[in-house]
Amino acid sequence: MRVAGSGQIDRTKKVTFSFDGQDVHGFAGDTIASALLANDIRLMGRSFKYHRPRGVLTAGSEEPNAIMTIGTGATMDPNVRATVQEIFQGLTVQSQNRWPSLNFDLLSVNDYLAPFLSAGFYYKTFMWPKAFWEKLYEPVIRRAAGLGALSMQANPDKYDRAFAHCDLLVIGAGPAGIMAAWTAAQAGLDVIIADEDFRMGGRLNSETETISGAPGADWAAEMVARLSEMDNVRLMPRTTVIGAYDQGTYGAVERLSHHIPRDDAKRPLECFWRIASKRTILAAGALERTIAFANNDRPGIMTASAVRSYLNRYGVVGGNRVAIFGNNDDAFRTARDLAQAGVHISAYIDSRPDAQIAGDFPIYRGGEVYDTAGRTGLTTVRVRHDGGTLNVAADILGVSGGWNPTVHLTCHMNGRPIWDETLASFVPNPDAIPGLTVAGAASGQMSTQSCLMSGIAAANTVLQQLDKKPAAVDVPAAEDLPYRITPLWAVPRKGRAWLDYQNDVTVKDIKQAAVENFRSVEHMKRYTTQGMATDQGKNSNVAALAILADVTGRGIPETGTTTFRPPYAPVAIAAMGQTAQDQGFAPHRYTTSHQASVEKGAPFVEAGLWHRPSYFPISGETNWRQSCDREVTMVRNAVGVCDVSTLGKIDIQGRDAEKLLDFVYTNTFSTLKVGRVRYGLMLREDGHVMDDGTTARLGDTHFVMTTTTAAAGQVMRHLEFVTQCLHPEWDVAFSSVTEQWAQFAIAGPKARDLLAQFVDQDITADNWPFMACGYVTLGAVKGRLFRISFSGEMGFELAVPARYGDSLFRQLCATAADMGGGPYGMEALNVLRIEKGFITHSEIHGRVTAYDIGMQGMISAKKDCVGKTMAARPGLLDPARERLVGLKPVGAVKTLSAGGRLFTQGDDAVRVNDQGYITSVGYSPTLGHFVGLAFLRNGPERYGEVIHMVDHLRGIEAMCEVIPPIAFDPEGGRMRA
Amino acid sequence: MRFSALEILKQGLTGNKGWTPHWRDPAPKSDYDVIIIGGGGHGLSTAYYLAKNHGITNVAVLEKGYIGSGNVGRNTTIVRANYGLPGNSEFYSHSLKLWEGLEPDLNYNVMHSQRGIINLFHSDGQRDAFVRRGNAMRNQGDDAELLSRDDLRKMVPYLNFDNARFPVRGGLMQRRGGTARHDAVVWGYARGADQRGVDIIQNCEVTGIDIENGVVKGVQTTRGAIRAKKVGIVVAGRSSQVAAMAGMRLPIESHILQAFVTEGIKPAIDHVISFGMGHFYISQSDKGGLVFGGDLDFYASYAQRGNLPMAEHVMEAGMALMPAIGKAKVLRSWGGIMDMTPDGSPIIDKTHIDGLFLDAGWCYGGFKAVPGSGYSFAHLMATGNHHEPAARFRLDRFKTGVGLMDEEGTGSQHNLH
Amino acid sequence: MRLTCPICGDRDRREFYYQGAASILNRPDPDAGIDTWDDYLHNRDNPAGLTQDLWYHEAGCSSWIVVTRNTVTHEVIKTALAQTVKGQNT
Repeated sequence: MRVAGSGQIDRTKKVTFSFDGQDVHGFAGDTIASALLANDIRLMGRSFKYHRPRGVLTAGSEEPNAIMTIGTGATMDPNVRATVQEIFQGLTVQSQNRWPSLNFDLLSVNDYLAPFLSAGFYYKTFMWPKAFWEKLYEPVIRRAAGLGALSMQANPDKYDRAFAHCDLLVIGAGPAGIMAAWTAAQAGLDVIIADEDFRMGGRLNSETETISGAPGADWAAEMVARLSEMDNVRLMPRTTVIGAYDQGTYGAVERLSHHIPRDDAKRPLECFWRIASKRTILAAGALERTIAFANNDRPGIMTASAVRSYLNRYGVVGGNRVAIFGNNDDAFRTARDLAQAGVHISAYIDSRPDAQIAGDFPIYRGGEVYDTAGRTGLTTVRVRHDGGTLNVAADILGVSGGWNPTVHLTCHMNGRPIWDETLASFVPNPDAIPGLTVAGAASGQMSTQSCLMSGIAAANTVLQQLDKKPAAVDVPAAEDLPYRITPLWAVPRKGRAWLDYQNDVTVKDIKQAAVENFRSVEHMKRYTTQGMATDQGKNSNVAALAILADVTGRGIPETGTTTFRPPYAPVAIAAMGQTAQDQGFAPHRYTTSHQASVEKGAPFVEAGLWHRPSYFPISGETNWRQSCDREVTMVRNAVGVCDVSTLGKIDIQGRDAEKLLDFVYTNTFSTLKVGRVRYGLMLREDGHVMDDGTTARLGDTHFVMTTTTAAAGQVMRHLEFVTQCLHPEWDVAFSSVTEQWAQFAIAGPKARDLLAQFVDQDITADNWPFMACGYVTLGAVKGRLFRISFSGEMGFELAVPARYGDSLFRQLCATAADMGGGPYGMEALNVLRIEKGFITHSEIHGRVTAYDIGMQGMISAKKDCVGKTMAARPGLLDPARERLVGLKPVGAVKTLSAGGRLFTQGDDAVRVNDQGYITSVGYSPTLGHFVGLAFLRNGPERYGEVIHMVDHLRGIEAMCEVIPPIAFDPEGGRMRA
Repeated sequence: MRFSALEILKQGLTGNKGWTPHWRDPAPKSDYDVIIIGGGGHGLSTAYYLAKNHGITNVAVLEKGYIGSGNVGRNTTIVRANYGLPGNSEFYSHSLKLWEGLEPDLNYNVMHSQRGIINLFHSDGQRDAFVRRGNAMRNQGDDAELLSRDDLRKMVPYLNFDNARFPVRGGLMQRRGGTARHDAVVWGYARGADQRGVDIIQNCEVTGIDIENGVVKGVQTTRGAIRAKKVGIVVAGRSSQVAAMAGMRLPIESHILQAFVTEGIKPAIDHVISFGMGHFYISQSDKGGLVFGGDLDFYASYAQRGNLPMAEHVMEAGMALMPAIGKAKVLRSWGGIMDMTPDGSPIIDKTHIDGLFLDAGWCYGGFKAVPGSGYSFAHLMATGNHHEPAARFRLDRFKTGVGLMDEEGTGSQHNLH
Repeated sequence: MRLTCPICGDRDRREFYYQGAASILNRPDPDAGIDTWDDYLHNRDNPAGLTQDLWYHEAGCSSWIVVTRNTVTHEVIKTALAQTVKGQNT
């Protein structure tokens, strides 16, 4: 019910939303939980294991019970905390983990089976018969478990990410946080103040205490308004700082649009912030804990501070009769405020015989609540007092077991909180996070006045650390009452007393775990699931470990805590990852000929981040093989054009450039003449092949290196490593020019004829022989020409500045067409190079050596190079290694299969007989059969042998002959023509 | 006590008052036949198989914290045998077979769930590499099958098939792959070893290894000196430090690997799915949380916690692959310390000290190896001979270059895996 | 995590590529023998505490940087250009 007058809701703005299909009315400023309570709806959820009826426990993000699904269809959002979600017109809310309805849930039968579902029961059964686990037990368990459901439709919402930098990040905008931000901002610091609530002010919004004579909430609003006017302050409401990371980095989630109808699909739902701060003040307050007693989980039982929040902030009381049960002075504020609002208080039960409280309602000092009644909502509180018992009628029971400072972020770097006997709570280790100072209730300050002062003090500490003058700010006057507490964790009695509400962990479970020797707090947690629910133990961990400490005869500090880890509050995967959805995961890289290739109808393949054309279909071709065969034949008989710009190109200059090349390549480049190109092999220091490619010498001190497409970045890094870390004395500089040059392979018997129509220079064989290179002009365009071949035909690669790539490609293709030629794609390129035994990263896949690919001779004996020493290890030179060979089918089955395994004829296809594997295959229209490249034990010694290829996965077996890797034109006459 | 449904019924009817410790907490004796340093999954399974297979029961497992406090309690619980290289292939195959019989063997439900693991591919080259690997798995006698894009559309319709940066072209599936409840594996082995007489000693940190004339004599601990004829080092995440007590410098760098779990949700993902282009793998726990991880954070670390760049990258990969999980909320992240070897494969070997043995270097693949590693390490420690399926996990392979197992093909030197 | 590049200043970890122990600056002579090479390439002190490792400012100025930091706390104590460190060692 609503209480007249009080609260920060806007009673002039009615908001209607639906809950389980029923219209519910609330006001602007309500959360789902406050609006439901206002309508006397206490039953809001079902627990995880026993499907117990549950109501709201808290008024914050730590809520374990009132967890709901909002929205429908693809926007459906499960496990939303009803205590945080603001209502808006048209919001649809559904309860979770119940069937068929929240009021009548069939799985609540589990509650009656509870004796057989005690801690860890599932480790002791469901083992027989074996096959039943996957078929029966696990599916049943999985269906019963889980909270809300995902729609399993693709996320339709936008999420954003951003970086922020500041001098000071203040986490929490309660009295301490506001004063810290105010003080620091006065001194000129760049301040970000973040608070998870939609209204800044922290507990001040939920209390009736005054600051400087004004209601706390009004004071907070005034201060926030003043901060918002300062240029050096950024206010971030609805922003939860979820993790503390190294060097002052904090992750934070800002909820941008959860509180408004989703009418603009472009508006991000959330923004994930990476905040780099020089200093941080944690002023995240404290969370109230409950007390374990039998049936302490009924709807209507909540923390005493939540009762106060609903009353003072939302003008709501969840029922007509309220009882309070506490062990500390703070709980009394709830009774005081309720009485002030005219709410009937059935009983005030304080476990302390000497509690200093007074009021116009029944007070039971030294009493305890030992049980409750009410199946789907609290009706009766059973009280033990003065040696007797009595029943108290109540719809709401506010419980306070004390306050736990919000230490969580201080634990994110393995810091352990410190037990404070006086507070009966853990307080943060002050040195837990470099650069972070804790203030206010989070540091154990329990009065408003001490929180305000601690905020100022923390800010002045920061100012001092940053060599700024402390700011003199006025200290507002506020209550400074003592906080006295006598710990009470559990009220002994038969019956189940809940600790972890959501996961249904009871005091008995903790005791049983201890009996079964799960005495370490981590074992207890993992065995009972205590603290593993969506609140991560915020509501229950301290009590659970106090009980564990008790039953194991240890103190609380000795028992220790489990570790709080990020995130502080759950974060949607989409918040941190949505920008990568669909095409956003990685950039696209396109060559300059991409558009022209698209126009020619080419399908594309991915080569790292690059898109390269597979083939260029012409009319009449119905599958890729037809196009590929044609393109191969075209190159062999006429001329083909292929964009090879994706290969890495590194421009290397300097007096010691040749030293660098001699060191990173196995073979020698210092002997390379100007105007010549050489193939080079590069090893990793572990003696395996890293990459290969050609390097051209354009001048005495000027080289252009090409790398494979895949290894371009790695080679660049490697060159930087060699020149900075191993040989900083060398005079050499280099730069990646991959994107600056468009480069086209022109290959085939008519390559020279085609090229001659473009370049101004004499490129006849005498003047531009095989492996020559140099500068050319194409009219006004300056280019570079390399006579190299990856097809086995007479080949050139022509490079022009990238801006001419598109037009050059189009003209080359058009001119080639007149000569019976045209463009060719990756499929044809692959067949051409397999025919010639040229390797790619299919062959140099990281595990092969120069020896394996028959290039041992390329490791120069005359000089050192990266990888040379380790390549000489015996294991890398064993003849029985799998070494490169060619294959051709010779049996009835005429295909080869990449990935197929090789066996000696007659051997079973099992591991111990494995002789090797096929890396690349293609149909050679030139040779009229499939050709393959393979790695075979003792390979080169087995030419002529017929071996057995088995591809279990594709169901292909073939007999094939081992041949040299070069299946076509082994003398290389065509290349040199 | 034997665990069964009947026992649960009996205990339930009598107030669950008769349960007994799953393992004892004995005080360390002064002398053992074998000391296992490290009460993680591998250490406990070693002790279990020493007792079960070799009748060696005068064994102590020394754990500096609580058992299972290392990587066995902080992983993504995936169990598979889908390796392609000799050495790994037979080892993980053997380990998977042990998993398949583990529950009756231990009388402990470790919830080994053979729900199938799918490795997705996105290009012809990746497909062919997977086929090569799958064929090696079949050669080994394990199951492997190639799934087409259409197969995947039926099995896992929620993947991004229509607008993905790296379109899914198919997958390699091992139906016998799956998950297990990681902590239960620890407790099950501990209970099994304890029942056979092994002393599991928690809160007992080894501070030195006693060696005389090249022969191990025992260890120094925070609970006093303990003598032993044989000592096994099984301390993933602290291998370098413990080995240094015996004067060894290992081919290991310690790295951080993060993992994540979401709040519980109703069944959404029925398999283990691995997305190579994003270094992302995911499954759903029986409690309903999506459990997933990615690549190393890539810096040497013993902090057991990571940083945001990799966390964000993992979420990005998740959204790229399966945008249906966007509304699942990450509840917790954690980090394990990975013993990274140069070639990414482990070490089970003798050392230069007589009687001192080493089981280390499991990189980020140690969980599924728990049964096989313990089995093979126990064999080596008991018999002095390498157990055949683990015979290639030699310490000297880096020096000789013989039998390097660079499964990823990224190199057999550090920081490439 | 953030690192201070000696050239570019305070930068997010995302900009850096990690290599590993800075001991690889000290590449042995080619004929130093397999034991030395094995040690250089494979074996590591791998300290739990202070370490020096190599990072590459790949998305920045391409500097290789020797970072002195703590592997347990992730505290960064010092950064220096690898070529400077190398120059001091040789």
